[in-house]
Amino acid sequence: MPRINSPAELEAFRKDIISKRDPDKPCIAVCTGTGCLALGAAHVVTALKEEVKKQGLKTKVDVRETGCPGFCERGPLLVIYPEEICYLQMQPGDAQEIVSQTIVAKKVIDRLLYVVPSTDKDEKIVQESEIPFYKNQMRNLIGNNIKIDPKSIDDYLAVGGYSALAKALCQETPEQLVNLVKSSNLRGRGGAGFPAGIKWEFARKSADKTKYVIVNADEGDPGAFMDRALLEGNPHSVLEGLTIGAYAIGSHEGYIYVRQEYPLAVENAGIAIKQAEEYGFLGKNILGSGFDFTIKMHQGAGAFVCGEETALLMSLEGKPGEPRPRPPYPAVKGLWGKPTNINNVETWANIPLIINNGPDFLTSIGTEGSKGTKIFSLVGKVNNTGLVEVPMGITLRDIIYKVGGGIPEGKKFKAVQTGGPSGGCIPEEHLDIKVDFDELAKVGAIMGSGGMIVMDEDTCMVDVARYFLDFLSDESCGKCSPCREGIRQMLKILTNISEGKGREGDIELLEELAEATGDASLCALGRTAPNPVLSTIRYFRDEYEAHIKEKRCPAYVCKELISYYIDPDKCKACMICLRKCPAQAIIGGKNQIHVIDQEKCTKCGTCFEVCPDRFGAVTRLSGEPVPSPIPEEARIIAGKSKKDE
Amino acid sequence: MSEILLQIDGIEVKAKEGMSILEAAQSAGIYIPTLCHHEKLQPYGACRICTVEAETGGRTNLVAACVSPVQPNLVVRTRSEKVDKTRKILLEQFLAHAPDAPALQDLAQEYGADKDRFEKESSFCILCGLCVRYCAEVKKKNAVGFVDRGARREISFIPEIASKECWKCKECFPLCPTSYLQAAYHLTEALVFPSPSFEPASEG
Repeated sequence: MPRINSPAELEAFRKDIISKRDPDKPCIAVCTGTGCLALGAAHVVTALKEEVKKQGLKTKVDVRETGCPGFCERGPLLVIYPEEICYLQMQPGDAQEIVSQTIVAKKVIDRLLYVVPSTDKDEKIVQESEIPFYKNQMRNLIGNNIKIDPKSIDDYLAVGGYSALAKALCQETPEQLVNLVKSSNLRGRGGAGFPAGIKWEFARKSADKTKYVIVNADEGDPGAFMDRALLEGNPHSVLEGLTIGAYAIGSHEGYIYVRQEYPLAVENAGIAIKQAEEYGFLGKNILGSGFDFTIKMHQGAGAFVCGEETALLMSLEGKPGEPRPRPPYPAVKGLWGKPTNINNVETWANIPLIINNGPDFLTSIGTEGSKGTKIFSLVGKVNNTGLVEVPMGITLRDIIYKVGGGIPEGKKFKAVQTGGPSGGCIPEEHLDIKVDFDELAKVGAIMGSGGMIVMDEDTCMVDVARYFLDFLSDESCGKCSPCREGIRQMLKILTNISEGKGREGDIELLEELAEATGDASLCALGRTAPNPVLSTIRYFRDEYEAHIKEKRCPAYVCKELISYYIDPDKCKACMICLRKCPAQAIIGGKNQIHVIDQEKCTKCGTCFEVCPDRFGAVTRLSGEPVPSPIPEEARIIAGKSKKDE
Repeated sequence: MSEILLQIDGIEVKAKEGMSILEAAQSAGIYIPTLCHHEKLQPYGACRICTVEAETGGRTNLVAACVSPVQPNLVVRTRSEKVDKTRKILLEQFLAHAPDAPALQDLAQEYGADKDRFEKESSFCILCGLCVRYCAEVKKKNAVGFVDRGARREISFIPEIASKECWKCKECFPLCPTSYLQAAYHLTEALVFPSPSFEPASEG
């Protein structure tokens, strides 16, 4: 491929790519993002390619390996173009049928379609965009993921890629670009929500010949994978945004700081950098504009705190990943002491959209204070686990119920945790608040980078707080004492409470520790670390009190506080629980009522789950003593019939 | 360097640009407690005992005086209910590690900190990092460093360097606010110099 030297050459080249592609040619787009790969997508791709070859269709059908469109719950998934037929939970064995039926005979295979739950008639949906999970989203950023092969720069060009770069470099001045981003009101998607345009302006105004721009792809929140999907599925959109930013700020060197736990993102971004260099979108004199820019990739070594921008800089400089005090801000004194602008992956990916469509594209979506769309990873106790992109201002209820399809198994919603480990838990009463940086903060949570964990009635909120503090205790860098010591003590108290060793005054002590940690810590990790504690106390104080005062875990989660018990009046001696108990803690036999040996019981809950509903003999107890087992001679069931077994 | 005018505890203080709040206070004879600060070392901002209230543009924040630069019209309060409360609970957390350290006991008395408030975890070290930073910045030897992170963070001598450098130096000893260092040193000594002849361990 020859180098592209001007916007005109780019457009001519794009035309050439598009003209060689027949929009009516069937294309099977298979998601090969990390989620679907884990579910076996690679085998599906192989099977499809073999089948296409076998049926002599190699020149007539494309099989494309794409990025993640988000519906991870139902992977491996694929979309067949041009009809946009969406098949879910694919197996390699389905390949033959897909090619002969759907591609050749133009027949839709019913069993692979999305079934609308809770309708009697088994209503099925053919088109991807009609599936409720997608229908209620606004996929400006991840919409192209299923349409392009992330390893193909031509695919990106075919959907209009690098047109924003051409426009930015050849039609706009750096000042105009900064103003464009400012007037789009784009706020940083990494968590803090600082206006990106203002950040750019600070870095632009810092007088220094050497400046740096950085993509923060150190996405460490448990259960969050927004940035991974973007960098894996559409890496060129991030490179394009970064290059535009570099030009606006006056930087000639950029870095992608990506966590090494994302091998596919590293691979795809690496390929994308190489391709962009070959095409002349990176390097010297980009598109004939005279602007030079290079991008290097750096892999993090697995520290959550390196997502904090100053810790990221330290790590990039080869030092321990410990935050440094601000001011000076990175825009003044960043990487190696030079002005540096750091934005999150999703922030950078928004830039080409703003340049191509104007700032109104963003400001027309969202609330007063938060514009555009936001990607969330919707996980936990929700039917449609996956990656969702929604307009700012949508309610949490709509995300969880309309997009997410509600809570599985008819369970009751309890809370949604937004903002990762230092976010907050939001209860039912606030489900109608709008998703917006400021609204989430008002109820004690944060937007964060987009983690959204749904919890049902079987979740213990003390245990949730303990879990997140345990994570933070490992991930705090340990430099400043309010964070290190505060988290240590809060975790100890929470562990004690969950083990039934809570004392009067523990809640107040937690609040006092939380205040000091939140107020006096050096960086955002420590300053937000109390959020899981404070928000669970704020909305679920009764659960804390039940643990402390009654030694009772209302959700039956904290093992030290619960027991399993077989009601002798209901037990039919069916032997199911006895056989399934992994600890062999159930005493009994044929015609002999079963009894749990409390000493041996590990409280795994298997007996409770396997006891047939029609008996319902196994019960959970918490906060009350286990009744003494009935005497052995009373355990014999007389006249037991076979059918009860 | 231009002069900056700020207010500390109601007193007008003239400071030079680039000075920290701590330096400005010290220059005016106003006391702010410190544990991890040392004039020969780069400000570190780890112990946070120098936390003060800083008001600017109508907003009040708690900041570490040693790493916060002075700003024009900044209003600093070195004591307030909030500052004292923060220092008290920080001291109580330090005292769980080093209950008998004199430097901590003096401060505990001042702020009413209870040394038995938190369960004892006597590591004798509060991770102020004075030894680590002195060895790195002044002596340029890096014989002692931090290992691990979060609640597992601790200091450790690097045997290969310590065996050559520490015996004749020991300049970090008097810096330690909790006397932990001597204990650690003796431990390392026992490990690194197993024979009475003080021959370095013959490894690699």
